[in-house]
Amino acid sequence: MNASTLRLFTFAAPSRFYALTGWLIPVCWVATLAFTAAGLYMGFFVAPTDATQGEAYRIIFIHVPAAWMSMVLYLVMAFWAGVGWAFNARMASMLARAIAPTGAMFTFLALWTGAFWGKPTWGTWWVWDARLTTELILLFLYLGYIALVNAIDDMRRADQAGALLALVGSVNVPIIYFSVKWWNTLHQGATISMTAAPKMASTMLTAMLLLTVAFWAYAFAVVFTRARAIAVERESHAGWVADLLKTTIKP
Amino acid sequence: MTWNSASEFFAMGGYGLYVWGSYAAAAALMLLEPLLAQHRHRQALRDAAAQTDPTETDQ
Amino acid sequence: MKASTVAPETAGTSMADLFVCVLMRDLKLASRRRIDALLPLAFFLVALSLFPLGVGPEPQMLRDIAPGIVWVCALLASMLSVGSLFAGDHADGSLEQMLLAPQPAIAVAAAKCTAHWLLTGLPLIVASPLVGLLFGMSGPALAALVFGLLLGTPILSLLGALGAALTLGLRSGGMLLILIVLPLATPALIFGAGAVGTVEAGMSAAGHFSLLGALLIVTALGAPLATAAALRISTE
Repeated sequence: MNASTLRLFTFAAPSRFYALTGWLIPVCWVATLAFTAAGLYMGFFVAPTDATQGEAYRIIFIHVPAAWMSMVLYLVMAFWAGVGWAFNARMASMLARAIAPTGAMFTFLALWTGAFWGKPTWGTWWVWDARLTTELILLFLYLGYIALVNAIDDMRRADQAGALLALVGSVNVPIIYFSVKWWNTLHQGATISMTAAPKMASTMLTAMLLLTVAFWAYAFAVVFTRARAIAVERESHAGWVADLLKTTIKP
Repeated sequence: MTWNSASEFFAMGGYGLYVWGSYAAAAALMLLEPLLAQHRHRQALRDAAAQTDPTETDQ
Repeated sequence: MKASTVAPETAGTSMADLFVCVLMRDLKLASRRRIDALLPLAFFLVALSLFPLGVGPEPQMLRDIAPGIVWVCALLASMLSVGSLFAGDHADGSLEQMLLAPQPAIAVAAAKCTAHWLLTGLPLIVASPLVGLLFGMSGPALAALVFGLLLGTPILSLLGALGAALTLGLRSGGMLLILIVLPLATPALIFGAGAVGTVEAGMSAAGHFSLLGALLIVTALGAPLATAAALRISTE
């Protein structure tokens, strides 16, 4: 393969995307493991005990990265879906579909860890505070996208409809967050915010950031794996898939 | 942060259920998801192979 | 053939003409099936009546939850009726014909949204004072409820039409539509129901109504465009 010219749409071709991710994925896994180990070490063996919340605050090291990932992945998903729609690039649409389940997973994890953090600190498994409520609605947005693209049999229509929905959703997320925050302050609910003690020790922050990078690397690895699967599913009649099958040892 | 013993580490100052409940969920999801994705990939390859050569007898 | 010999019906037909044409057609069709047209209102009233039966008749509690459940039932009534917004026309091919018109599809989308609001939203607004009284709401709170619905039900129609266009012709369309649109409708629900609560607490709901109004404007500017795009996607 001539690797000299790398154009903007080089990896829009499913075959090249497949080849690229073939070696990228293991790299991402290595990064995931490395940063997870570093982050967990920092979080459990370096970061001190919190003054107000005791050891319970250590949930923050996965709660906040999961929440960040859930929000960023939604925007990334909408971006690639939009690119797929605008440029008629199937691979971009496939990538968007591959992102959705991972985004939903992180959203669920953010909600779960949020609940497990809330119970010891606020005394209840669930509170309708602005961030948790918006996170719940974000989960519904992911599920709506997944349900819509899976309900439409025509691939092109499904890709385009999904893109429109994801873009409309992206515009709405800030509006939803603002309205929920407004609603929350009116009802005098959250006097406690979802962050750790006001003065966050730098070790705590470092641990959180290390795990954020780990989650990013993880997301790349899983999303690329799923995108490869989707590419093979949808392009099964293509020549590059036939070539691939010839050279791959059957699983 | 120094833990005086393993049991102290697991107890997490009394919040063990919550801390480990969270981390366990994260570990479970982040182990399951890649396995499912990989399974999907392998299944896609098997299906593509079956399509191109329906006379194959494997799987 | 000179351009001036173009058929009279299409000569000088503007977007507004297409809008009025589609709107009047929908209203005329609805007038031939009055029972069907009143179903959303009936659902609204029945669903509302379930709440006291479910949570108990204690007046203060009902007064407290009234704004919320009126809004939720309005939301559900809207979503249930919007599913058939394009379905009939899609089934008999007239939707494709409408989209073939030289005028932008946004006129069709806007007309359909307007028809839906006139047929579903407006009856809900008219019925809401009665419902408010059933739940023991007082004068200022009732006014806030009606005004909020006046601003909010168009938003629901606009968002619902987008959902209907995206899920056009799908087997599981109805449920899917609700799943897609409800998250987008939460800000309207929050501001609308919140306005009533604020008024009942003795404060001004101007902030709520301003936000609701802003939401209406933004939705009115964006949703028909998105709905038109969705219609094109779904009928290609």
